[in-house]
Amino acid sequence: MAEQASAQTAEQPGKKPILPVFKLEPKPHLVGVKCSACGAVFLDVKRLACSKCGATGPFQEVQLSDKGKVWVFSVIHQSFPGVKTPYVTAIVDLPEGVSVKSNLVDVDPLELQKNPQKAFGMAVELVANVVAKDRQGNEVVAFQFRPSAN
Amino acid sequence: MRNVYVLGTGMIRFGRYPDKSVPELGAEAALIALKDAGVTIKDVELFACGNLYQANAMVGQRILQQVGQTGIPVINVSNACATGSTAFREAYMAVASGMYDVTMAVGVEQMGKQGLLGGGGGGSDPAYSTEGRVGSGLMPAVFGQAGMEHMRKYGTTLEHFAKISVKSHKHATKNPFSQYQNEVTLEDVLNARMVAFPNTLYMCCPTGDGAAAAILVSEDKLKQLAGGRKRPRIAASVLTSDPYTDRDLTLPDVSTLTRRAAKKAYEIAGIGPKDVSLTELHDCFATAELVHYENLGLCGDGEAGKFIDEGGGKHPDLGGKAPVNVSGGLLSKGHPLGATGVANICEIVWHLTGDERAKQRQVPNAKVGMAHVIGLGSACTIHLLTV
Repeated sequence: MAEQASAQTAEQPGKKPILPVFKLEPKPHLVGVKCSACGAVFLDVKRLACSKCGATGPFQEVQLSDKGKVWVFSVIHQSFPGVKTPYVTAIVDLPEGVSVKSNLVDVDPLELQKNPQKAFGMAVELVANVVAKDRQGNEVVAFQFRPSAN
Repeated sequence: MRNVYVLGTGMIRFGRYPDKSVPELGAEAALIALKDAGVTIKDVELFACGNLYQANAMVGQRILQQVGQTGIPVINVSNACATGSTAFREAYMAVASGMYDVTMAVGVEQMGKQGLLGGGGGGSDPAYSTEGRVGSGLMPAVFGQAGMEHMRKYGTTLEHFAKISVKSHKHATKNPFSQYQNEVTLEDVLNARMVAFPNTLYMCCPTGDGAAAAILVSEDKLKQLAGGRKRPRIAASVLTSDPYTDRDLTLPDVSTLTRRAAKKAYEIAGIGPKDVSLTELHDCFATAELVHYENLGLCGDGEAGKFIDEGGGKHPDLGGKAPVNVSGGLLSKGHPLGATGVANICEIVWHLTGDERAKQRQVPNAKVGMAHVIGLGSACTIHLLTV
C-alpha cells in the first residue's frame, strides 16, 4: 500500500526540465561533464569519451555558472508553427569554457538588429521559464538568458 | 593513386517536379551524362548515388532499374548537403584506387516546397521541442550566426552580405539550369522579409528538386573514349569532418573543416588560391559565402568585406575577379540537397571544357575550378579540377 501511495504522489503533475542537462533543484542550473584528461567541458549529463582528446574518462559532473556572455546571436523571424517571432537566439559562453544556446529574453529583438554590437559580449544570466505543458500536465521549464548587471 | 578524369556530365534544371519520382529525376541526369560521355550503362563498372531524403530506399538501384540493370556495385550515399559531392568522391576513389576504370556518380533530391530545415527535438511529446524555446537549430539561425561572428570580429555590414545575393542573382540570369533566373537590386535584398538576421529572404537558398550526374574514367579509358576531347582531371578530392573546436557542439563551426579541406586540396594539387579560375562554393546563405571567401583563401582573413567591395566573386564580364558561383550559386540555382555537390562539378567541368551548356557565362581561359560543399553536422568536400 505504501508503495502505491508513493507512486501516485510521483504522478502528480509538477515541473519538468526541457532537457536532462537542466536541473530545477535546489535552484535552476545547468550541468556539464568535465574530461579529467584535458579539462574540456561538455553540456551533457554523460559521455563515453571526450571528443576533444579521445580519453574515455573519468568524467566529473560539474555545475555550470548561471552567468555568461553573449558570443553571437540571430533574430528569428520565421519558425515552426506556434513559435512566437521575432525572438532572439544566442550563443552564450559560460566561464567554465562551454557554450550554451538558448533564447535571449527581456530584450527588444528589432533594437538588437539595429545595434548588433550591443549584444556582442553582453552579460547575461540564466532564467527558468515555463514554455509548455506536457501530456501528463507537467509544466515544461526551459533555461533561457536575460541581460544582467555584470 | 591513378589519375581520374570527368568524361561526361548531365544535369536537369533545378526546380520543382512534383509529377516525377526521385529515381526518374536521377535517371534523367544519368542518361544525359552517359550520352555526353559517349558511353552506355554497360560500360559503367560502379555507381555511387547521393540522396538524402530517401536514404533508406535504395535510390541508386532504383535509378538502374530505369537506366539498365547490369548488376554492378551500387553505393548509396548520404552526407547531409555534402551528399552528392561525397558520392562523386566515392566514384573518384574507385577509379583512383585502380579497381575500376569507368564509374558514375549521381546526386538527386526531391524536396518539394519543404520550408525550414533543422531544429526540433522533443521526442514523442512536442511539449519538449526545443526549437524556439532553447534557441534555434534551424539552418537560417546557424548560418545567420556564422555571419554574425564575422560581423563581430571584423565589423562586416549588412550591405556586404546583401551584395553577395545581388551578385549571384545576376549570375543566374545567364544560367538556364538555374531554379531562379531573376535579378535583384541591393534595395530588394535589404528590404526583403527578414528570415534570420542578418539573412533576408533573398540571402537564403530555396528548396527544390533536381539531379546531376558525372561519368569518371581512368587515363587509359580516357585515351580510348575521349576522341581528342579536352576532359578535366580531378587534381584533388578531399573530405573532412568537423574537428573539435570550442563552440562547435553549440554552434556548428563551418569554417575550420573548410579551411582544413582547402589546405589539403591545394597541397595535393600543388596549386594555390591564386591559380583558381572559378569557384563554386556552398552559399546556402549569403553569410556562408562571405566566410568561405576567407576559408578557401580567395582573400585574407578579415578581408571578405573589402573583397566584395572591390568586385571579388563577380564574373569577369561584370568587371569582377576571382569569380564565385557564376552558376547563380545555391541562392539562385537552387539546392536540392543530394544533387548540389554533383551539379557544381558539372558547372566547373563546363567552364574548363568550353561546354555549350555554360556558353552564356563562360569564364574566359578557365584552367582550374574549385567545387566546395558543406553538409551541416558536419562534412566538407573540396574538389579541384584542372585542364
